[in-house]
Amino acid sequence: MIDFSNFLDLPLIWGGLIATAVFLYALLDGFDLGCGILFPFAPSDKSRNEMMNSIAPFWDGNETWLVLGTGGLLVAFPVAYSILLPAVYIPATMMLFGLIFRGVAFEFRFKASDKNRKMWDVSFHAGSLLAAFMQGMILGNIIQGFEVTGRSFSGGALDWANGFAVLTGLGVVAGYSLLAAAWLVMKTEGATQKWARKMGRYVFAYVILAMVVISITMPFIDARIKALWFSTPNIFFLAIIPALTMVAFYMLWKDFGNNKREIRPFLLTALIFLLGYLGICISLYPWIVPFKFTLWEAAAVSTSQSIVLIGTVIMLPIILAYTAYCYYVFKGKSTDEPMY
Amino acid sequence: MIDILDPVLLARVQFAFVVSFHIIFPAFTIGLASWLAVVEWRWLRTGNKVYEQVYRMWSKIFAVCFGMGVVSGVVMSYQFGTNWSLFSDTVGNVIGPLLGYEVLTAFFLEASFLGIMLFGWGRVSKKMHFASTVIVAVGTLISAFWILSANSWMQTPQGFEIRADGLFYPTSWFEIVFNPSFPYRFFHMILAAYLTTAFVVGGTAAFYMIKGIHLKHAKVMFGMAMLMAVFAAPLQLLIGHAHGENTMEYQPTKVAAMEGNWETGANKPLYLFGMPNEETETTDYGIAIPGGASWVLTGSTSGVIPGLKDVPEDQRPPVAIVFWSFRIMVGLGVAMIFTGIMAAFLYGRKTLFKNKCFHMWCVAMIPSGFLALLAGWFVTEVGRQPYTVYGVMKTANSISPVIAEQVMMTLIGFIVVYVFIFGAGIHYVVKLVRKGPDSLKEKEKFYDHGLESSMVKAVTEGESK
Ligand code: HDD
Ligand code: HEM
Ligand code: HEM
Repeated sequence: MIDFSNFLDLPLIWGGLIATAVFLYALLDGFDLGCGILFPFAPSDKSRNEMMNSIAPFWDGNETWLVLGTGGLLVAFPVAYSILLPAVYIPATMMLFGLIFRGVAFEFRFKASDKNRKMWDVSFHAGSLLAAFMQGMILGNIIQGFEVTGRSFSGGALDWANGFAVLTGLGVVAGYSLLAAAWLVMKTEGATQKWARKMGRYVFAYVILAMVVISITMPFIDARIKALWFSTPNIFFLAIIPALTMVAFYMLWKDFGNNKREIRPFLLTALIFLLGYLGICISLYPWIVPFKFTLWEAAAVSTSQSIVLIGTVIMLPIILAYTAYCYYVFKGKSTDEPMY
Repeated sequence: MIDILDPVLLARVQFAFVVSFHIIFPAFTIGLASWLAVVEWRWLRTGNKVYEQVYRMWSKIFAVCFGMGVVSGVVMSYQFGTNWSLFSDTVGNVIGPLLGYEVLTAFFLEASFLGIMLFGWGRVSKKMHFASTVIVAVGTLISAFWILSANSWMQTPQGFEIRADGLFYPTSWFEIVFNPSFPYRFFHMILAAYLTTAFVVGGTAAFYMIKGIHLKHAKVMFGMAMLMAVFAAPLQLLIGHAHGENTMEYQPTKVAAMEGNWETGANKPLYLFGMPNEETETTDYGIAIPGGASWVLTGSTSGVIPGLKDVPEDQRPPVAIVFWSFRIMVGLGVAMIFTGIMAAFLYGRKTLFKNKCFHMWCVAMIPSGFLALLAGWFVTEVGRQPYTVYGVMKTANSISPVIAEQVMMTLIGFIVVYVFIFGAGIHYVVKLVRKGPDSLKEKEKFYDHGLESSMVKAVTEGESK
């Protein structure tokens, strides 16, 4: 059987791959969930149609990164998968409900009678909001760690409902809205774009607030995280992350006000996401189930990790290439015309 | 007494509910994607507008069904963790890679090119559009390949070892992927999907012909659907039969339950009707063909077929469900074959497109594929109880450490959400079918509510590209 464990650190590679998949998920589905969150605040139905059309060809592909993230966890760290999901049983299920309600709205709202269309608009908005909020709560719970006995989750059914998780939930809602605003600046024009710029500035403060609060809280969750960030050589290197984040925020604020900047806001928001995400990853490394299982302790047998690594190395570039192709096909500004 | 707060039972019911709902959509989209590829190919070859309109009409229906397949599928990928976490942990080394490959090789492919297939008109060349349709179709088949491989491995596990820690470790990927029941299950399922689609398309066409509308389109649809029925339905019988022989070798108890046979022995009857009774360990009120089961499964009425009493009671599946589901599936399969024969016969007499009676029959057959398919899965899945991994891992040991109330609550949630959402989805599909190719003339009216409708209408007048 094929086994690369002699010369590759498979658990580390897989940890990196899953982290990448989850990041791409947050970035890509982030903007389309964000469009759902901002949906009812749009100035007109025309804007709403432009928003819908700007994401309709992509949402399914975007969501697939989530399937890859969870699937990857099952492939590479089965024990982490089987601790995480029972621990977040209720929020994960609610997230799924949210994804169902918003996912079907794409098709249904085009097909519905006038009377029912409103219902699918609400379904699109509420579903997106619920999914984003629950993803944030799940993130908050992962950061805090779970009660584990042996190889199973042993906490209570409502452990996931806590203040910190609510906070991360709101943080993710704000973050996705910011991404969506930047996306719409790029993909729309006229009144919709103007409104998107306003929305971007509007959610701005909330994103900063959430990032600050989470950054302050994390070191108190586990002494090791504190030691990591605040011990002497580290602090100089790691300080780059918050410093860059501040610069990016500053530029983003200005770009939202500058009508010439159409693409840069999205890139800057993506950078802010990346930096925040890196911060969390650095804090949690080397845990896959925080403070219980490290990447190496939770790893699937090396032959299983190896066989899927082959597929990943071959398929991932292909997937990225045709994903890029699809974005290329639908390049340019979104219109409000039906696309069939 | 059944304890309704038994977490194992609840998890099983929840899984059965969500997966049964899920499979309805893939079954239809697998068939539809392949068929749409053929229709588009015909259109490109002949330049006949009717093909184009048929394509466009069904691609809208495809979009709705695919969307529902995706959202219910994402739910499935969580079920393994939320409800069967012990199973995932224990067999993750073996089953994880199969599901991982499904995401890598199929899901991204389908999801990305679906965007071009649905919205790419005018943005890509006709050839590229056709290529996208083909890619989506191939994607659905690849997806079925991996997931059925995973399921078949659970039915006929091999290529692994269990080490001291109680976990499963792979020893041969080839043996795992191409386990003994996989080829049968794969072809049986793909054909089931094709048949399901054929009967929906054919039934729709028959409906148009009865009403006397869209006759040009109906002819194309009906002809293609009946061609499928003529060839695929008998083939399905042959594959199903081979599948059964394979099952007899690897899962004899399941076959015993399918046949309602309690004692191992020769010259066993084929029950057309009967009431398997687990108390008395007999099949009562049987109407049977003497020696039939032996003959079907071994080729001779004196062949020996396995009985349920070979294994202790606690290793037997719920017999009645398996027994009846099997009869529903095969019964519908026979009805499909009959439809194919009738179609060929009427075609010979040049009345295929005129015979109202036959058209009514075809309308009635619209749900037959879905029913047969679900019945088939119930045979397969209930028939392997009480095991999750046949003969090795029991269902009762597969469950998550979550409390029953949680499972109960989410089960109720799933039922409410699914009935509402998928009810609406089916409503829209029916609406699209009723309108038929006419739906292409009217714009998808998603713009005309609210203030600006009249303004937008002015802008979007005229055909979309
Ligand atoms: C024989 C076919 C078949 C079977 C038995 C299953 N599926 Fe499925 N599934 C498909 C065939 C399919 C498909 C044709 O590939 C779908 C339907 C619509 C779609 O988008 O892809 C799909 C969608 C789909 C998706 C969404 C993919 C996306 O984001 O695009 C997921 C995550 C799953 N499925 C997972 C599962 C799991 C965990 C199953 C087992 C319990 C399962 N499916 C049974
Ligand atoms: C015509 C005669 C048919 C025969 C003899 C037959 C035979 C079988 C058998 C023996 C199984 C159980 C396999 C096992 O789990 O061990 C099975 C399963 C199944 N059948 Fe059929 N079948 C027939 C028709 C159909 C039709 C018409 C459909 C659907 C359109 C269908 C769909 C399925 C499905 C989806 C399964 C479960 C997946 C699988 O195990 O393959 N079958 N069939
Ligand atoms: C798509 C069509 C399928 C249908 C309709 C279906 C149906 C069912 C049903 C009715 C049960 C409950 C059986 C019982 O508890 O009595 C079940 C259980 C289960 N099935 Fe399937 N199934 C399908 C496909 C799959 C696939 C493709 C897999 C795996 C890759 C799978 C894995 C499981 C597991 C893990 C259980 C729970 C454990 C158990 O009860 O044995 N199923 N399924």
